[in-house]
Amino acid sequence: MIAELGLAALWLAAMLALLQLLLALGIGGRPSAAGARPLALVQAALTLLAFAALIVLFLRTDLSVTLVAANSHSAKPWLYKFAGAWGNHEGSMLLWVTVLALSGALLALFERRVAEKMLVASLGAQAALGLGFYAFLLLASNPFARLDPAPAEGRGLNPLLQDPGLAFHPPTLYLGYVGLSVAFSLAVGAMLTRQVDAPLARAMRPWVLGSWIFLTLGITAGSYWAYYELGWGGWWFWDPVENASLMPWLAATALLHSVNVLAARGGLRSWTMMLAVVAFSMSMVGTFLVRSGILTSVHAFAVDPQRGTFILVLLALYVGAALALFAARAATIREGAPFDPVSREGALVVNNLLLSVILGIVFVGTLYPIVAEALSGEKLSVGPPYFNAVAGPLALLLAALLVVGPLLRWRRDKRPLAKWVLPSVLTAATVLVITFVFVPGMGILSRLGLAFGIALVPASIVPLLGRSLRRTPLATWGMVIAHLGVGVALIGMASESAFTREKLAVAQPGDKLSVGPWLVELAGIAPVAGPNWTAIEAHLRASRGSGAETLRPQARVFTSPLTETSEAAIHTAWNGQLYAVIGKQRDDGWQLRLWWKPFVTLIWLGGMLIALGGLVALVGRLWRERRRGREAEE
Amino acid sequence: MRRALRFVPLALLLAFVGFVAWRLANPADTAIRSRLEGKPVPAFTLPPAVPGRAALSSADLATGQPRLLNIFASWCVPCIAEAPVLGDLKRRGVAIDGIAIRDKPEDVAAFLARNGDPYQRIGADMQSSVQMALGSAGVPESFVIDGRGIIRYQHVGPIMPQDVSTVLAELEKAK
Repeated sequence: MIAELGLAALWLAAMLALLQLLLALGIGGRPSAAGARPLALVQAALTLLAFAALIVLFLRTDLSVTLVAANSHSAKPWLYKFAGAWGNHEGSMLLWVTVLALSGALLALFERRVAEKMLVASLGAQAALGLGFYAFLLLASNPFARLDPAPAEGRGLNPLLQDPGLAFHPPTLYLGYVGLSVAFSLAVGAMLTRQVDAPLARAMRPWVLGSWIFLTLGITAGSYWAYYELGWGGWWFWDPVENASLMPWLAATALLHSVNVLAARGGLRSWTMMLAVVAFSMSMVGTFLVRSGILTSVHAFAVDPQRGTFILVLLALYVGAALALFAARAATIREGAPFDPVSREGALVVNNLLLSVILGIVFVGTLYPIVAEALSGEKLSVGPPYFNAVAGPLALLLAALLVVGPLLRWRRDKRPLAKWVLPSVLTAATVLVITFVFVPGMGILSRLGLAFGIALVPASIVPLLGRSLRRTPLATWGMVIAHLGVGVALIGMASESAFTREKLAVAQPGDKLSVGPWLVELAGIAPVAGPNWTAIEAHLRASRGSGAETLRPQARVFTSPLTETSEAAIHTAWNGQLYAVIGKQRDDGWQLRLWWKPFVTLIWLGGMLIALGGLVALVGRLWRERRRGREAEE
Repeated sequence: MRRALRFVPLALLLAFVGFVAWRLANPADTAIRSRLEGKPVPAFTLPPAVPGRAALSSADLATGQPRLLNIFASWCVPCIAEAPVLGDLKRRGVAIDGIAIRDKPEDVAAFLARNGDPYQRIGADMQSSVQMALGSAGVPESFVIDGRGIIRYQHVGPIMPQDVSTVLAELEKAK
């Protein structure tokens, strides 16, 4: 009954999306916001209902539903039953349309800045996006399909995904991906109604900021999840699925900066429209690459060429239509106010160029294996040696730009900036000299990364100097915090890649191993059991000088389906993490892998700071817009 | 903005969609006859990829028995998929040597610890020079080499479970 209810709600929502699109096209009445608003709201409520129905089915482990039987198990802890609702292809697509419909409803409800005609056009675009995904769900991946007869037990969930991180990582990324759909729809609406202007940018900005915050959080959390759950000790693998989330983030970061130019100065109009289309396209490209199985990845969990074809068709339709519209309308988009090369706009243009080139590099690197395979039949993998070597220097250039860019004024800046920039240059130079003297063998990228990161921490605060802190807009605070986060993350990345110490050994109880400053003793090995797994657990006592820390890494075997995973044990100290993994038993003992990773936590702390900066800026923007809206009403 | 320039994004999208659609319709075929088949392995000497392990030179490959030479890297994703199949081949008595491409000793060690270690000898090819000499451009790739050090068969891409019978047959032929 619940499954049928969910399915019916989904069909109704799809019908409403169709109505909304027809309304925007002027079929069946004059396009009006008053007409579109209730359609968007009810549609969102119906998708929420369908999503809630799926969650109930998973919590109850209703095995007469195919999706539940294939992905769940009655012995699973409830949190993973709950998260299992979207830990699969159908459920995650349902989450996708739910967020899409919710975004449309929020847009319909709160957007009052832009002209009514444009809002209706944007809502129509949003409905058109929704329709494609409803069709995808209802015709090709129905989450509510029944299974008759119902099996006695479910087929479990990939144990790698049985982790609290999973409960929140994909939804966070989806909020980011789909939030960008609103920027896309607004851009399409603006180009259709020929109103590419500052009010549009102000309407688009919170959506871009919001999506970007979620993408940042999602990528940061995903990186940490891969770090502790996969037990490989790395935090970024340039895996296609990671790249699939990085590409929209890069585009959104560029858009975030260019939309500010449009909002504040009315500049970069065509470029910003283009980026808004590209950012959401990258979300779709990412989804396509992951779902179609066209790329080999350790992450791909829902590979199906037929589904890939469906997403590809949607991608071609939506992005193709938007880019055709862009080509047709670009000439009519007026150029904004002119600016000097040395100006805030100039710096943001360079920022956008660098981000776009990095995006291009990641895109090419991700796709190169299939292109090479098609052209010469060779199967190959493009890994960190390519990405780090090509994207790394550009990222460092961006970091250097961060020292100067925020200090520049809009339009033109002829002030001498040396006194503000010089301390940063000296800091970076000092760090470089110190590392050359004390760590001669350090890689060039990590050496520069460390220098730029350390210099960026004080430099990011410079824009606050000489201002009244209480009267500084929240958006400026947000920028400072986010840029500070970039510096902090950079230090973490450089330190991790340059100073990590690793020990791989076969040990027996009583053996002592040293890694970095730590002395680690294998105190014992014991079997342990959890609700749906059994494991071998090592008891490690680690100390450096005084005190002792206990680490208990496990090699787990899950019962359904039968899978082995390794649960790393991590001790976090103020200056880094000690990371321990236990491997297979051999004749002469147990395989143990130990890492000492100085300041590795700064990577994720930086990521959180970047997201926090975005949040502060978002709150500031919304607050201001509200006040401005109230003043306009009075 | 110039007229032609405005259509560039659309053209790029169409190229991408067209290409990807064609790939979806025509899944890859990895069976390619190599031009090096029938020729001796080019002479090389490589240091060990992991300290303490046996190094690899071309002389080690001509042992009187057919061997499998596998080119891999710790940063290569298809190699992870291939690893269990290599382990299976090893259990069937196949002698396997490896060449790690542009890799670090600790990364190779970690890769082997995680994915299993089917190799007798592993050479480190830091500059891909041996890989190039073997006429291989990608990772992973595998070569069947007979007892006199002659390349008998080249397999491009990961050896997947469905390829095992082909590889075993080639090894048998090389005896």
